[in-house]
Amino acid sequence: MDALTAHLSELGHGLVTTVELTVVTTVGAMLLGIVVATLRIAPVPLLRAIGTVYVEVFQNLPLLALLVLFVFALPTIGITFPLFTSAAIVIAVYEGAYLAEAIRAGINTVGVGQAEAARAIGLTFGQSLRHVILPQGLRAVIQPIGNICIALLMNTSLAAAVGVVELTQAANNVNLVEAQPIAVFTGAGLAYMLLALIIGQVTGLLERRLAIVR
Amino acid sequence: MVSVRGLHKWFGPLHVLKDIDLTVAAGEVVVVVGPSGSGKSTLCRCLNRLETAGQGSIEIDGEPLPAEGRALARLRADVGMVFQSFNLFGHKTVLDNITLGPTRVRRIARPEARQQAMTLLERVGIADKADHHPAQLSGGQQQRAAIARALAMQPKVLLFDEPTSALDPEMVNEVLDVMVSLAAEGMTMIVVIHEMGFARRAADRVVFMDDGRIVESGAPDDFFAAPRSERARDFLSKILQH
Repeated sequence: MDALTAHLSELGHGLVTTVELTVVTTVGAMLLGIVVATLRIAPVPLLRAIGTVYVEVFQNLPLLALLVLFVFALPTIGITFPLFTSAAIVIAVYEGAYLAEAIRAGINTVGVGQAEAARAIGLTFGQSLRHVILPQGLRAVIQPIGNICIALLMNTSLAAAVGVVELTQAANNVNLVEAQPIAVFTGAGLAYMLLALIIGQVTGLLERRLAIVR
Repeated sequence: MVSVRGLHKWFGPLHVLKDIDLTVAAGEVVVVVGPSGSGKSTLCRCLNRLETAGQGSIEIDGEPLPAEGRALARLRADVGMVFQSFNLFGHKTVLDNITLGPTRVRRIARPEARQQAMTLLERVGIADKADHHPAQLSGGQQQRAAIARALAMQPKVLLFDEPTSALDPEMVNEVLDVMVSLAAEGMTMIVVIHEMGFARRAADRVVFMDDGRIVESGAPDDFFAAPRSERARDFLSKILQH
């Protein structure tokens, strides 16, 4: 226990970084997910192809490999970002592929008649999406989106591998000094658990608040 | 107002519309009847390009139907459509269903759109349901809300694609009453329907379709009293027996 209390500030910084990384990537991944899901149902074949390629590429590569590639390979061609930014971009792009598929599943639950009615009153494709299809499609998949967000939270720990001192890396650093892995990693694990529970609660709340009257 | 010339439509190998010619004047109410699978609904859906025509031309108010994009969206705003399964937007209240088009397509200010919507809801008799969601309404009320939604765009033409087919029998009349009053007020309407009573009461012209063709068309009294084609006689004898 002393191992934890003696390093509260380091662990606290790590926790804050984990939360920041999670929030920033969740927002980015949601936006990407919506865009890519929209591409995948677009009436233009080329756009659908772009969406499909995106999902197939980023779902089918390990996140760790993507992180390492981005952080260590890009500088060799002269592109460098701060470590936190790099990790945020890669995780958002990666999780965006998963969110896109969840969102597409949600869009598919919305009946064809809804899109036809939207078009029949003169809404453009974009307006139909924004005002009719997405609001209903997203509501249908709040729970799976929440699950992906929890997976995203866990995946932020991989940022440790490319030098971001988030919670897992902070715990690792503390353990190197204190050599008390059980206390240190149990403490970090509980913090992850707490964050995941919060995401779960928010998901449940949103699901109840936004439920479509049936 | 609506002019269809040489319209053909295929679904894969299926030839569902065969050389359709149809002209509907402003203020005219045309009721399309015929056995199921005869192409009535497909014809109706071609008129606002929910189905694309395979061949032939369609003009609305002198303008050829645009192929894609914003021009098509603009045209659809002028062509109202009422569906068999209502298709009200499930996540919006009845009032918001009606104001969506006027505010987003016509760019009418929200308070004004709401006021117009309430007037329309009163007219179709469900003003008290304005803040309800579609699922809380009966089928007849949903269809009347859907008619109000179409009317809110102040369309030049209203298309009805079997508007009463999904309704319980006791709710059919409340919807038909609204449609009859619209017809009486001079709305241009193309109505695909199985209610022959509506055709007699409200139609200026009855169009009988079978196997993708318009077999005959005429005034309702003539059509029901003395159908010219064998196919129409057969059809009427089957549905008017009971």
